[in-house]
Amino acid sequence: MIELFHAPNYNFIGKRRWAYAVSGLIMLIGLGSLGLRGLRYDIDFTGGTLVQVRFEQPPTVGAIRAGLGRIQLGESVIQQYGDPREYIIRATLTTGSSEELAKRVTGALGQEASLGTFEIRRVEFVGPQVGRDLQLQAIYAVLFSLAGILLYIAWAFKSVKGGVAAIAAVFHDMIVCLGALSLSGREFSLPVLAALLTIIGYSVNDTIVAYDRLRENRGKFSQKGKSFAEQMNDAVNQTLSRTVLTSLTVFLSTAILLFLGGKTLEDFAFVLFVGVITGTYSTIYIAGSTIVDWTQAAEGRIARRKKAVAKA
Amino acid sequence: MPRRLWVRCSVVAVVLAVSLWYLYPPRKSINLGLDLQGGIHLVLGVDVDKYVASQTERAAEDLKSGLERKGVAVKRVVREGLSTIVLDLANTTNWNDALTVAAEFTAFEVAQRDDKAGRFTLAMRERQVTQLRDDAVRQGLETIRNRIDQFGVAEATIARQGVDRILIQLPGVQDPDRAKALIGKTALLEFKLLDEQTPVEQALAGRLPETSEILYERRVDKETKVERKIPNVVQKRTLLTGSELTRAEVQADPNSAGNWQVSIEFTATGTRIFGEVTEQNVARRLAIILDGTLYSAPRINERIPGGRAVITGQFTVEEARDLAIVLRAGALPAPVTILEERTVGPSLGADSIRQGMIAILGSAGAVFVFMLLYYRLSGVIADVALVLNLIVLLACMAAFGATLTLPGIAGIALTIGMAVDTNILIFERIREELRVGKTARSAIEAGFARALRTIIDTHLTVMVTAAILYNFGTGPVKGFAVSLFVGLAASLFTAYFFTRLLFDIIYTGRRRKVQAISI
Repeated sequence: MIELFHAPNYNFIGKRRWAYAVSGLIMLIGLGSLGLRGLRYDIDFTGGTLVQVRFEQPPTVGAIRAGLGRIQLGESVIQQYGDPREYIIRATLTTGSSEELAKRVTGALGQEASLGTFEIRRVEFVGPQVGRDLQLQAIYAVLFSLAGILLYIAWAFKSVKGGVAAIAAVFHDMIVCLGALSLSGREFSLPVLAALLTIIGYSVNDTIVAYDRLRENRGKFSQKGKSFAEQMNDAVNQTLSRTVLTSLTVFLSTAILLFLGGKTLEDFAFVLFVGVITGTYSTIYIAGSTIVDWTQAAEGRIARRKKAVAKA
Repeated sequence: MPRRLWVRCSVVAVVLAVSLWYLYPPRKSINLGLDLQGGIHLVLGVDVDKYVASQTERAAEDLKSGLERKGVAVKRVVREGLSTIVLDLANTTNWNDALTVAAEFTAFEVAQRDDKAGRFTLAMRERQVTQLRDDAVRQGLETIRNRIDQFGVAEATIARQGVDRILIQLPGVQDPDRAKALIGKTALLEFKLLDEQTPVEQALAGRLPETSEILYERRVDKETKVERKIPNVVQKRTLLTGSELTRAEVQADPNSAGNWQVSIEFTATGTRIFGEVTEQNVARRLAIILDGTLYSAPRINERIPGGRAVITGQFTVEEARDLAIVLRAGALPAPVTILEERTVGPSLGADSIRQGMIAILGSAGAVFVFMLLYYRLSGVIADVALVLNLIVLLACMAAFGATLTLPGIAGIALTIGMAVDTNILIFERIREELRVGKTARSAIEAGFARALRTIIDTHLTVMVTAAILYNFGTGPVKGFAVSLFVGLAASLFTAYFFTRLLFDIIYTGRRRKVQAISI
């Protein structure tokens, strides 16, 4: 039998102050990058036009820019996309008929002889209203997911604290993912949003497995006399091999998506990739630790109150 | 084998058979999204307020002629804003008659009245405005559906989105400009008289009677391709519109080689009106106007009784064909604008499918090997369950007519990773039970039983997020939500029910006591 961990009994919860410090630091870096560099939004959210062109011969950015110089494109971004022959041209929303842009781009590139033949592979135009709507939808989708999960945990485990702690872990994961997105200069697009929501589900998944174990254990005789922190630590340890193994398989899937899935899925897979790692970590350290500290604080308050009553 | 095992085996066999039946033949069974097969995705916004305004305008005209029939002298009847009509009487003596006529317009109510000045305003009722806005979108949708049907696109999707939007998906269509022109053209055909009293120069200088307007005619020089715009002074009053049309056909233009024209035929009513109009206006010029552009203005030589006319305008055969389609399908009730457009070429779609397949096979392969190495025989069981999971997942998508998109493929790759989670949970639990010294049979029993609650909880939470994603997402993202959701639902069956069955067959079905589990 191959075993990653044999009857593990690590003191995870006891070392939670360290974890808080590490998480705090990582989140600070993430938030710092989000604040300073910001997130680059895809045209899905900002509105604009995107044209994906494949040239017969690898062109230079200069030649493409020269070709596009014929038309007044305004602020445009020219970017190599995966293959050296493949380029993406993005233009921000200009007033008037932005949907005509693709046609003008085709015409302008056709006039630049040094570029040779090319094929327009993809054209996307997102108008300002749609962009705004999608922004709102993204925010709603995230909020509704969080609310749904909070309610589910509060109901299934009869514990609002558990729900809030799970959501805290999810927030942690989202900040880490968004921070990584910002640091790596990748774009926030619709697929990235989908990845983020998947991570929300995934991160909570792990947390639930640990909570489930805690709930099951609390009914057992062996847990009598143990503090809540010890019980939580036991639950995390007992589910540790499962957590790590599952993370490993999902991690394998996302790694293959990231490296073999092609350019279109790259950003999406990147978020999943980061999310799986931080999701596993946050289950152990954030959700578990938060609930322990909260419970201890609550118990402390009750104890103090009792003392006060006894004195009186 | 005990009876219960037989029943469970049959359930699996039936599910497998039904799944395979849905998946055959493979190329046709699953809808590919536009990002995989290429095509055009459009979201149009309908300018619903314009429709309300034009209906109000029409009511104002009807009101004016109604008043004139009753002998009520009016100074002015005009639309103001979106849905209000302002009426100025020439004198106040006919005040009551005017109100009686106005009362016949039940869609409106008197909003303000000034008895002394002989002026009142009619406002369209709020319910009517809402109704008209809704009508504009529904009629627009029908018209566009009609046009696309005539254009001949297989499996086009045309659906209302939200309040005032129309979603159009045209798989396989590769000429976005032509498709957009065909769909987005309002195609309002109008016949108006040319105002030959007002010279064009004077009109351009701004001295224009209130009843006339300037419309342009576009002429393209065949050689230089330079487009010229020629101004014409046209009376504002519309004599006849394209709504009275029964046929529109493409013909070669006999007067100009290489050009095509569209011949049209009116309905009985249209024919009568056209006859009257031509009779009353012999020797004047009748302008044929499409979407505010003047196409031609032939002189009326005599009354035209047959209800036929031609639209000429230097069309190519394709342009003429598309024009005939839009005329037959009718005008859009209100102009539309393109809010979102996504066009994917077929070569990009093919690349995406290839990369998606690599990703799925790669991730399945990696997970297979991992499970096999780590859990040995039990890993094989999990792998078999995984194959069944993929089959059921794809069959469900085929059965529900769900669309597979590139993010959807990613969802499948991810499902592979998550589906084995269920098996890992169970196997780890069984190992634990074995460690505390349980027998093989009771360890399996306990492992499955204890893991169930956790499995249901984990599945439900991810399915909650997938459902939310489906409701908020668009196109490709929806595809991801679908495959994730269906994949997880299928894994409840395959990774729990089916693996349990295999375990039972291998370990507990036999007479002799099993001492060890390969796990």
